Amino acid sequence: MNPSKIHRTKLPRLATVLAVGVASLGLAGCDDTGGDPRVQIGSNPALPAIHQYLLPPIRIARPVPWVNDTPKVPAGLQIHALATGFEHPRSLYVLPNGDVLVIESNGPKAPVFRPKDLITGVVQRLAGAKASNANRITLLRDSNGNGVPELRSVFLDHLNSPFGVALVGHYLYVANTDAIVRYPYEDGQTFITDKGTKLTDLPGGPIDHHWTKTLLASPDGSKLYVGVGSNSNIAENGMEAERERAAIWEVDVATGAHRVYASGVRNPTGMQWEPETGKLWAIANERDEIGPDLVPDYLTSVKDGGFYGWPYSYYGQHLDPRVMPQRPDLVSKAIKPDYALSSHVAPLGFAMYTGSALPAHYRRGAFVSEHGSWDRTPLNGYKVVFVPFNGGTPSGSAEDIVTGFLDQNGHARGRPVGLAVDRTGALLIADDVGDTGWRGSSATASSASRQSS
Amino acid sequence: MKHIALAETSFRPVAGQGPMAMASYRTIHRILVPFPVAYFAAALATDLAYWQTAEVMWERFSVWLIAGGLVMSALVALAAACDLAFGKQRPAWIRALGYAVAVLLSLLNVFVHSRDGYTAVVPTGLMLSAIVVAIMLLYSVAGDWTLTYPRGARP
Repeated sequence: MNPSKIHRTKLPRLATVLAVGVASLGLAGCDDTGGDPRVQIGSNPALPAIHQYLLPPIRIARPVPWVNDTPKVPAGLQIHALATGFEHPRSLYVLPNGDVLVIESNGPKAPVFRPKDLITGVVQRLAGAKASNANRITLLRDSNGNGVPELRSVFLDHLNSPFGVALVGHYLYVANTDAIVRYPYEDGQTFITDKGTKLTDLPGGPIDHHWTKTLLASPDGSKLYVGVGSNSNIAENGMEAERERAAIWEVDVATGAHRVYASGVRNPTGMQWEPETGKLWAIANERDEIGPDLVPDYLTSVKDGGFYGWPYSYYGQHLDPRVMPQRPDLVSKAIKPDYALSSHVAPLGFAMYTGSALPAHYRRGAFVSEHGSWDRTPLNGYKVVFVPFNGGTPSGSAEDIVTGFLDQNGHARGRPVGLAVDRTGALLIADDVGDTGWRGSSATASSASRQSS
Repeated sequence: MKHIALAETSFRPVAGQGPMAMASYRTIHRILVPFPVAYFAAALATDLAYWQTAEVMWERFSVWLIAGGLVMSALVALAAACDLAFGKQRPAWIRALGYAVAVLLSLLNVFVHSRDGYTAVVPTGLMLSAIVVAIMLLYSVAGDWTLTYPRGARP
């Protein structure tokens, strides 16, 4: 009846051997605890070998409320909630009259291309990253600079996943995820009713993987620099989806014309002018899924025409095997970033400090907020650090400035995002899980704010 | 080959059991068992296409096909369990074991295929897809993919 009956007993045995072999290969590297992040901070981070996963690690911090607690700051500083009850506040901007804009925003709905995307959606919901999208900017006014705003108003509403804001003269530029829109603004205005004029389109949907578009005006107000993140982790949506992405754009304010100022920056989420040299600096989020200590996120000066590796290589010219076809011509030009912040910390806020209200120690350097890891054990980030600068470059190790976003059980009370320095010189921190705006100031801030107001 | 199998499950009289009972029952999992085979074979084809073109559409096809094959495999297992419980069937251990190996390899494969970029397929994913199809093909030579026999029938 069955001519091949005799072969049956041997074949499954072979298959079993193969299965065990493959399984042991895949599981061999499952001890995936990340090393000490301190060896990856600074200009020469240690870079371990690539490890590709069978089951990518997911380690999220479940949100718990702050109640009456606050983040922690070192001696010499104090921290208070400037205002609470926001809806996923992502970034902050301080207007010349001292009014603080709080950009309440979240990304557009992510498309499902693969079964994995369904799981990612669930994970993001658990981490509190799937909050509703307010698409709004709220204005806070603290006229006497005591850290308690007397006025709170809806400044601008019905936006499209806004993130970056920049004021140039009497025009306020808002970077929605798909366009820069210009609004007329007069000093002291507490809301804008104007419909706005589109300056230029930006790469938006339908995928829009990294949706935040950060904005920085040139000192003379003639150009806007726009951080445009990649449309994927590592080009897995195809390179055609990455057109003019993973780049910093330079947009002409007068005409809206743009050019790619720098490329290969996976997700540039914050930009600042370094005050001593006047050079452009940016923070960037690097790629995932090749290990708990790869690839370090970074802080770097940005060179005109510079290529920073993504997707073909990381941290200079270290090849990423996940990209095909490869581009050795581009990799040979890839610039190594200036300063590593360690892996998966997710820097999302950047403020060069030029004020004088904080203790003298903080007067030359950069504050960077680290939103925190979701794919690394132990968790990394979930704090604001200070990178001292000297002569226009980082001059020391990053110091923890605002901590306590994680509780003892590894739950997240909040996650720091956008940073800004207010008129009094205090550091403002948006917290998109705690839905709070925090204000860190000198422990003797009352006297400092009196002097400056 | 098909009519022989039908005769096995449906009409062969078995000692101690009435012929009516046998005639009224057909194994459920027999209907579902070709689905994973087809899905995993199609995934090998789309893997080969991705290997040759590096076009992401093929990799997405592959991962959905493997995931779909796994869902159908789960239904097959469920149906086979029903057949064993209610259908007067007993397990065909060797075939079931071989089938399980192919499914477990495909489970590894769906994780490999969930990686980002080229290494989601080349080389590990492609190899796993090929091994799974090779196992399935050997089964087709061996007869069919059913995982049970009627009680009393000789394997």
